[in-house]
Amino acid sequence: MSLIKCVNLSLSYENNTVIKDLSFSVNMGDHICIVGENGSGKSTLIKALLGLKAPSSGKILFGEGLHSTDIGYLPQQTGAQKDFPASVYEVVLSGCLNSKGMRPFFSKEDKNRAEEAMKRLNISELKKRSYRELSGGQQQRVLLARALCATQKLLLLDEPVTGLDPHAAHELYEIIKELNESGVTIIMVSHDICGGMKYASHILHLCHGEEFFGTVEEYKNSNMDNNFLHSGKECSCI
Amino acid sequence: MINAFIEMMSYSFLLRAVIVGVLVSLCASLLGVSLVLKRYSMIGDGLSHVGFGALAIAAVMNISPLKITVPVVAAAAFILLRLSENSKLKGDAAVALISTSSLAAGVMAVSLTKGVNVDLENYLFGSILALTKEDVYISAVLSAVVIFVFIFFYNKIFSVTFDESFAGATGVKTGAYNMVLALLTAITVVLGMRLMGTLLISALIIFPALSSMRVFKSFFSVTVSSAVISVVCFILGITFSYAYSTPPGASVVTINLAVFALFSLVGMVKGMRK
Repeated sequence: MSLIKCVNLSLSYENNTVIKDLSFSVNMGDHICIVGENGSGKSTLIKALLGLKAPSSGKILFGEGLHSTDIGYLPQQTGAQKDFPASVYEVVLSGCLNSKGMRPFFSKEDKNRAEEAMKRLNISELKKRSYRELSGGQQQRVLLARALCATQKLLLLDEPVTGLDPHAAHELYEIIKELNESGVTIIMVSHDICGGMKYASHILHLCHGEEFFGTVEEYKNSNMDNNFLHSGKECSCI
Repeated sequence: MINAFIEMMSYSFLLRAVIVGVLVSLCASLLGVSLVLKRYSMIGDGLSHVGFGALAIAAVMNISPLKITVPVVAAAAFILLRLSENSKLKGDAAVALISTSSLAAGVMAVSLTKGVNVDLENYLFGSILALTKEDVYISAVLSAVVIFVFIFFYNKIFSVTFDESFAGATGVKTGAYNMVLALLTAITVVLGMRLMGTLLISALIIFPALSSMRVFKSFFSVTVSSAVISVVCFILGITFSYAYSTPPGASVVTINLAVFALFSLVGMVKGMRK
């Protein structure tokens, strides 16, 4: 049984159909990289997976007891967060909210979960620091820890390395790889196709009604990557 | 200063002003942290102008002011929030549009009605004499509601303030919380308006939060510090206003400004020592 199965999914954004008849499935332990040009519907697809947008047709089926609010989501950072006074611990702990329902306060169990997530991402020593004082890479790790609080199974990462320097990006990829190896399924949207191809197991390429879904090997052998990879920038990883 | 405060407490109308003022300051500072961080500071300002219009119309129609201003300002909060979410008419433009229109409507209502004796200056800059016993009761109940809702939803308010997309993904109804925030702000603005003046009430919302953010680094400490700053500044301000016969609103805002300057300095020194 797969974690997520999309069947003939169509999505529209402001009355334009951006994704049409898309079918793919995500299995436990997969590391899927979603690529595509601007406007190809990546963000819309993410919203649909998170249950924030209803499909115009088709279905998204969740298996293995997964619910859309159990997805650990790493959104793109907003400008408002740059000067936000919040300690690392407060940010990470807020990831536990999805299991709370109407209950207003965090339990001991939630706090342990937050500590655990910080330990896993090596940011325990930053616990008391203010989020706004951290470097870009550290901030991403804090947000990743928050996402881990919300999930045991599936992380959905929206352009996690955008804005990071190559070193920080590499570190983040390694962390994501470790998480994947410890059993967390990863879905990642990325413009960084090289990094994506290096770490992912599957590629989902969105291209205005012409979608590709398959393993990285299959992708390399298809024509899709030629159009995308070699249009404009050189990619040394292939 | 302390003598002036004790002397002040022996007048029942001043006691009423202090009670309402402290409650409103507390509510305003709690909400202010979220509003400032969400870039909604202007909504408080816009709402107070709508409050002015509603207040003037209530006076012209001879209705008890709270009964008309609370629903009108709450409705305005709802509209403002909807407009800021709508990308076609930007939030700041929407606020400017609505606040000037309400100001104009209020002034027109007062000028066109003959035989009404309304002191517009008191509405704009606040008056210490404006509050009745009934106002004190209503203020106490509504402030209790604001504070209770804030504490009860504290963690969710944090999550929605910090990162709306993540909060939405974890199943928090972000739209509903924005609405709650706007409604609580509307209530707070209306309660504090006649004491502080419609032009100055929004200072109570933004100043304590901004001052606290200069020095403190976690959401919790900023929230607590805002509440303390707000209440202390109000008491100092109103005592000053009594001692030197200055308008209460302007006095409180001036003290807030001084605290802001002080905290900015402390923040700068702290930053340099690192």
